[in-house]
Amino acid sequence: MPESLTRAVRWDTVVGALLVVLLLLSFSTVDGFGNALNLSFLIGNTLPIALIALPMTLLVVSGEIDLSVASTAGLSGAVMGKLWNDGMAIETIIPLCLLLGVVCGLVNGLLVTRLGLPSLAVTIGTLAAYRGIAQIVLGSDAVTDFPSQYLDFAAGRIGNTFIPQALLPFVVLLAIAVVVLHATPFGRSLFAIGANEEAARFAGIRVRRHKLILFTVTGLMASLTGIFWALHYASARYDNATGLELSIVAAVLLGGIDFDGGRGTLGGAIAGVFLLGALQNVMSLLNVSAQSQIVVTGVLLVISVLGPRVARQISVARAARSAG
Amino acid sequence: MTHPSDTGPAPVLALEDISKSFGAVRALRDVSLELFPGEVHALAGENGAGKSTLIKTLAGVHRPDAGRVLLDGEPVVFHGPGDARDAGIAVIYQEPTLFPDLSIAENIFMGRQPRRALGRIDHKATHAATLALMQRLGVELDPDRPARGLSIADQQIVEIAKALSFEARVLIMDEPTAALTGSEVARLFGVVRTLREQGAAVLFISHRLEEMFEICQRVTTLRDGAWISSEPIDGMTEDDLVRRMVGRDLDELYPKQDVEPGQVALSVRRLTREGVFTDVSFDVRHGEIVGLAGLVGAGRTEVARAVFGIDRWDAGEVEVQGRRLTNGAPSTAMAAGLALVPEDRRAQGLVMDMSIERNIGLTGLRTTVRAGLVDRGAERSRSLDWAVKLQVKYARIADTVNTLSGGNQQKVVLAKWLATGPRVLIVDEPTRGIDVGTKAEVHRLLSELAADGVAVLMISSDLPEILGMADRVLVMHEGRLTAEIPRAEATEETVMAAATGRAAA
Ligand SMILES: Nc1ncnc2c1ncn2[C@@H]1O[C@H](COP(=O)(O)OP(=O)(O)OP(=O)(O)O)[C@@H](O)[C@H]1O
Ligand SMILES: [Mg+2]
Repeated sequence: MPESLTRAVRWDTVVGALLVVLLLLSFSTVDGFGNALNLSFLIGNTLPIALIALPMTLLVVSGEIDLSVASTAGLSGAVMGKLWNDGMAIETIIPLCLLLGVVCGLVNGLLVTRLGLPSLAVTIGTLAAYRGIAQIVLGSDAVTDFPSQYLDFAAGRIGNTFIPQALLPFVVLLAIAVVVLHATPFGRSLFAIGANEEAARFAGIRVRRHKLILFTVTGLMASLTGIFWALHYASARYDNATGLELSIVAAVLLGGIDFDGGRGTLGGAIAGVFLLGALQNVMSLLNVSAQSQIVVTGVLLVISVLGPRVARQISVARAARSAG
Repeated sequence: MTHPSDTGPAPVLALEDISKSFGAVRALRDVSLELFPGEVHALAGENGAGKSTLIKTLAGVHRPDAGRVLLDGEPVVFHGPGDARDAGIAVIYQEPTLFPDLSIAENIFMGRQPRRALGRIDHKATHAATLALMQRLGVELDPDRPARGLSIADQQIVEIAKALSFEARVLIMDEPTAALTGSEVARLFGVVRTLREQGAAVLFISHRLEEMFEICQRVTTLRDGAWISSEPIDGMTEDDLVRRMVGRDLDELYPKQDVEPGQVALSVRRLTREGVFTDVSFDVRHGEIVGLAGLVGAGRTEVARAVFGIDRWDAGEVEVQGRRLTNGAPSTAMAAGLALVPEDRRAQGLVMDMSIERNIGLTGLRTTVRAGLVDRGAERSRSLDWAVKLQVKYARIADTVNTLSGGNQQKVVLAKWLATGPRVLIVDEPTRGIDVGTKAEVHRLLSELAADGVAVLMISSDLPEILGMADRVLVMHEGRLTAEIPRAEATEETVMAAATGRAAA
């Protein structure tokens, strides 16, 4: 196995192990953690992060980032609420909202690839812009009366289990993302682009096209998440999913995706997502305040940037010593 | 002048029974070396013989597993390159290590800038000192331009200037001339001779044998990490030296086959990129090897980049096997059968953190595919095939390329492009940093490719290589093609005359 991969796997394993430890601890010590309702809450609340983490992982591997995803999700939800209020059929509204997400992602992608602007700056800008548009569209209304079969799907569980119905489509999307990143020429190119963009270009890889596709898919997934959010919580408001980008980026980095690009695995990213989700769930059960939870997320963000690097340095040092 | 033995002056720097391993790779085994003041000492050996490792051990980058480093007869332990520098040892590493966002002057005087009152950096003095260094080396580089985007040759010049910028007693140079042409090398050697006369000791690595004979007094040879010999170079022949390095006699260095040229394969018409090169037109036929010569900065690399689609051109057109190429699109150039082996292996040729296998695989992502997925079996056998053909020295094909020696990295870049089965091949410094044995191998390969009908355009700063391999030599001077010289008439004199603009053709 290549050295870079073994190192990444090691961090993956660390995160996976942490997740297992946290789950075991919580089952045995935290009241109310293990009951089916709470577990379904945990998964349901984590799903929006997990959904967007899929394309975000690919984006970070290629050396870019999208901070506007939560605003795109909010905008999609707001537009969905507005059009529903205006009497449009939900079957028409959903494709329209997805299309809107594609447009949002395309705008980010074009700004980054055509104008050569850094994605961090571009998407901080569109983060504000998309949220602003959402507020213009829906104002302070909350739309709640979506058709019940949709609400039931987004909030319902499979039979008597704790597993949300929406987990199944997510698992399918996860499988697709894993294959795309780790087994296709497209995914292989993303690692090359993230590690050395110039060498990727010299190898005939269409760097800008790859990035444009990624931003567009990210927009699409963000709007899908926005639709899911509005249905899951039966509430379309302009401020849905505010601040979610922080959790997504924290989770992805926590999962060992290198912020500088070129390194990481989707398995690690998803382990990071559920570690963060479980942690937030446990904190809520223990009545930790929302503000403190944000602090914890922030601290995790710092650890997640440092952690893989420290782990890597340790393993390099160990290799050097064993060589001696 | 021959050199000091036991009765002469004491060595300023010496290695005693040094060993160094990286995992299972034993890069140095009980190697000893003495450097005397006033000598230029060559370090010879094949790719992966351990030359760079030895230098890094001398400079405090690597800690030896066993053995001692002696400075003026006293054992020393350098804890890093800073220690070595403080002891008066200047090192030019094989791979340039400039900070891309800093200016040339800042790179040279990193951390040692002349100061004014209150510790403010004296930019004027820094600028002037840099200009003086550039003059000494006979190059025109703006001290204030950032290092980003400098050609490999210019980066090497800056590294050399950095090493010369403080009074060193010991100057160590790992392949400083690899990307330089004749006149820059001559300047550098002038500077080295002056330093030597002032009593400095110089350790010099190059894969160009004639350079060792020109500038060095003694030579130490390494083979597979082991010390083979240390002796005066006077009286040795190139064959003697090669035999010590390789352990056998060498095949012919320029095994050029005569091939009847076929149809035009690459046609470049009035190509212009403003401010870089102007009105460049030439053809390369199937079966032909065309050399592209010129001084550093003449625009050879830039033409190659534009033809392949890395940079856009402003006017003109390019055809490959009758197909017009799209401006600025490497993927269509590749689809038309074009390949470019770039000059800067670290920045352009390789993803240093990726395995050998995947680096070679990068150019085959479109072809080694099954049902939309990367066919790992096919990728591995494609990579192995070429790694073996080019005799890349590695432990495992899945190791990252940054564990390879410089010359072996270069072979991976070649492998990566030859694996695409190109019909038109542009090679920019194909043998930069490659040892003589493998150089002959690469030349044989290029010659065979040509015999198979591949059109080869070869950019090289190694004039003997151009003269030995090319059917025709194109010469560039200041962004224009100034001469086209058939093989029969191509000599050092005719090519250099055109390259320096002394003769119009
Ligand atoms: N950091 C490293 N990790 C593992 N192996 C290494 C490392 N650095 C060097 N090596 C190995 O040590 C051996 C000697 O390498 P070195 O770079 O000293 O060769 P060299 O003589 O300078 O060759 P070249 O002429 O190609 O520059 C090679 O087999 C190389 O693969
Ligand atoms: Mg070397």
